[in-house]
Amino acid sequence: MTLTARLSRAPALLRAEEPRAKADMIAVAAGCVCLALLIVAIFAPLIAPHQPDTIDAAAISQGPSAAHLLGTDSLGRDVLSRALYGARLSLLGPALVTVVSTTLGTAVAITGTWVGGAFDRVTARFMDILFAFPGLLFAVLAVVAFGAGLIAPVIALSVAYTPYIARVIRAAAVHERQLPYLEACQLLGYSSWRTAAYHLLRNVRLLIVAQATLAFGYSLLDLAALSFIGLGVQPPTAEWGLMVSEGDSALLNGYPYESLAAGAAIVITVVAFNVLGERLTARSQARQ
Amino acid sequence: MLSQARRWILAPLVTLLAASFVLFTAVWLQPGNPLTLILGAKASPAQYRYVAHKLGLDRPMPVRYWDWLTGAVRGNFGTSLVYKQSVASLIAPRIVTTLLLVAYASVIILVVGVTLGIIGGMSPRAAPAVAGLNGLGVAIPGFVAAEMLIAVFAVQLGWFPVLGTGQGLAGRLQHLTLPAIALAIASIAYVSQITRAAVSAEAQSPHVETARGRGLSGPRILRRHVLRNAAMPILTVSALTVASLLAGTLVVEYAFGLGGIGSLLDQSVQDKDSNVVLAIGLILVLVFVITTTALDFLQYLMDPRLRLKGAAK
Amino acid sequence: MNTAAPSHPDGTAPEPPLLDLSGLWVELKTGGRWRTVIQGVSLSLGAAQTVGIVGESGSGKSVTARSIARLLPRGARVGGDVRFDGEPVWAMTGARLRRFRAHDLGIIYQDPRAHVNEMHTIGDFLTEGIRDQPAHERRERAIAALRATGIPDADRRLRQYPHQLSGGLLQRVMIAAAILPGPRLLLADEPTTALDVTTQSEVMAVLAEQRHGRQLAMVFITHDLDLAAAVTDTIAVMYAGTIVETGPSATMHERALHPYTAGLLAARPQPTRVASLYTIPGRPIAAYESGPGCVFASRCAYAQQRCLETRPEPRQLGDHVVSCHRAEDLQGTLLSVSPGPAAPPTALERA
Repeated sequence: MTLTARLSRAPALLRAEEPRAKADMIAVAAGCVCLALLIVAIFAPLIAPHQPDTIDAAAISQGPSAAHLLGTDSLGRDVLSRALYGARLSLLGPALVTVVSTTLGTAVAITGTWVGGAFDRVTARFMDILFAFPGLLFAVLAVVAFGAGLIAPVIALSVAYTPYIARVIRAAAVHERQLPYLEACQLLGYSSWRTAAYHLLRNVRLLIVAQATLAFGYSLLDLAALSFIGLGVQPPTAEWGLMVSEGDSALLNGYPYESLAAGAAIVITVVAFNVLGERLTARSQARQ
Repeated sequence: MLSQARRWILAPLVTLLAASFVLFTAVWLQPGNPLTLILGAKASPAQYRYVAHKLGLDRPMPVRYWDWLTGAVRGNFGTSLVYKQSVASLIAPRIVTTLLLVAYASVIILVVGVTLGIIGGMSPRAAPAVAGLNGLGVAIPGFVAAEMLIAVFAVQLGWFPVLGTGQGLAGRLQHLTLPAIALAIASIAYVSQITRAAVSAEAQSPHVETARGRGLSGPRILRRHVLRNAAMPILTVSALTVASLLAGTLVVEYAFGLGGIGSLLDQSVQDKDSNVVLAIGLILVLVFVITTTALDFLQYLMDPRLRLKGAAK
Repeated sequence: MNTAAPSHPDGTAPEPPLLDLSGLWVELKTGGRWRTVIQGVSLSLGAAQTVGIVGESGSGKSVTARSIARLLPRGARVGGDVRFDGEPVWAMTGARLRRFRAHDLGIIYQDPRAHVNEMHTIGDFLTEGIRDQPAHERRERAIAALRATGIPDADRRLRQYPHQLSGGLLQRVMIAAAILPGPRLLLADEPTTALDVTTQSEVMAVLAEQRHGRQLAMVFITHDLDLAAAVTDTIAVMYAGTIVETGPSATMHERALHPYTAGLLAARPQPTRVASLYTIPGRPIAAYESGPGCVFASRCAYAQQRCLETRPEPRQLGDHVVSCHRAEDLQGTLLSVSPGPAAPPTALERA
């Protein structure tokens, strides 16, 4: 391959915009669901028919009705409203985990690939230690050390997910690193950091986004599980994992609505983000 | 030879050591005073100091860590502050329940997951259906599955008991069925996904074309060329999944009221029963590290390319 | 249409060909759409005869070879006829097809590293093809096959794994595996393209030796016209999924009747001539990109109106069969390979 042909892989500098691949309908649908969820979380007060903590002793554990579209929980609170308000915390935690772990993971991966040597080996050791802990256990330890709630688990999961993301990004970065166009950029005189940050990052950016959406889904599951067993968000705050747990007694009596609604919310959210993440991963791999 | 020992024994050991230190640090950072559990809130400072000294709580952290570690290696995990009995005796019966649950779930995962994956990988018609099921399955966490299973099979249909551990092997298995399924669902989907991808990739590989071109029969090709080559990623994922089941028991045991180490961990965290938390945490980490190391080793054994050096091109 | 109809010297009726393709067409589904890859390929081969299918990438030569063995992707659409010893291959079912592939056919692929399962030993690879032989004989025959292809230390090799052998050695193993069950027809899909030149000639020598020794028929796929000329009796030139010219190897590499073949010949670098390389203008197209007329019309220097409108039928012209409307007029005027000015004797040009 001629040098110019190789250089033509360098994005934005030397070639025209590549032709856009046709849209993937399923990915678009998943993306719309994700967007809708975010909108619900932000605008919950405007959408919800009731306040999430209004207790109504007369309407305990009722099935769906005109006033309460998804029924009521064991304290008479409207399930639909709680589910809508619950989206806020249920989605905030994963969002934080995603941003932190993706940033950290990508930084570690790219730096490790670019700098190599001792830095790479030391970080690899750290990652190995982190790999010894299942994410949930790490979150539990954080709760042990810092108390229950949302903050400690979020930090813990951010740290716990970093090595997984770093590993995937690193594999792609290592592959990109030895492609001739990067060497060409260096030969052309671009500074080392600029080349790394701009070119290497740009070419794995789709993969990064894909990993981020997957991390979102998994952290949602872990955080909700933590709330379920009582170590995460505490009552009376509305949160999906907590709602599944609180709906347990009603469920045993034949009124599964609270648990069902919260559970469905979790599953739908995770499916949407996972599908989006997988489609993006496939896209990024197709480009390679 | 030395590098092998270093890789399979030394490195995991170092990792374990570091992980145990992390464990201990987390517990050591715990807010609140464990002494209040023992003495109540009304004891005098002098009494606190006395008991603290007796329990060795006033020594520096590294010393306490070392004490705990050396004790743990010998099987002595100290005493539970809440139950007032040795942690080891507290854990022993519960570990059996958890192990039974994990084993039961593992069997379900491997049998159903791998089979589904093979079907999805070999049959282009079944593939989308399998992929769809997988996509749904991974999104169903243990606790959601648990509640749904309880709602349908225990409350509505009454096929299975809801809570408790049961008596005798048959009874225990019956009580563990719903929990095992709940634990297994997400993992089935994951294993099935990986299996499907691996099998599908192998089925389209050139060496399978060679086998077909030589007139080998379908079952033989499946066995010796598709599965044999796809075995590695499938095995890796399966083992990792089983190892992470241990963490999943935390949630499922809570949901089903099972007396395993998962629910004990949850309880101890809330009760601030440090020794128990440390002990169970160490067990979980140990299982994880051993599993991943064993997997690495298995991979090394099974792939001749890793074992024997290649020829010069 | 018989391109190489084997007939007895005493003029009696020709035997039925070992391999007979007539009007073969293949459609594959790529990127969600059905595309024609081969359109109307006809070819005949007698026992112990060889034909070289020469073409550039995308010409459909590999698909043709795979069609003979029925190794196309699942769901491919196929039409026309493929007959082996008079029997339609595409009508064979299950066990019959497997027997055909196991006993009558031997296939050698381009990339041995990809086509040999790295998880099994060489011995396993070889003996797997002769599982109907008694167990104690299999090993002996495998060793014999390895020795026949010039692999030293055959005994030790049986226990080795593919990654421990060099590319050339592995390709010999593939040849050994292909001839081991005693097939009557060999399909060689660019068997030496992935190898360096020295290894290439060694492997070709092994192949030639085995062929002659066992009276095997062979379909030899390559993009190298000269290589095909050296090892085959007949050459069929493929372009855009169809055969444009067929003729005896001995004359084909010097004299062409079809503009495309002539272009290929002229494009070869000559060691005796210092001049800029001739290239056929445009780029090679696949079958589904061709129009209603002659497939080569868009790039042909001699194309006329009728070339763009109607597809030429293959016609006999001397000892060649050509698909060109203007074949007769162009005879003699097409570029042929002649030594350039001040050329040294021909010994230098071709062995």
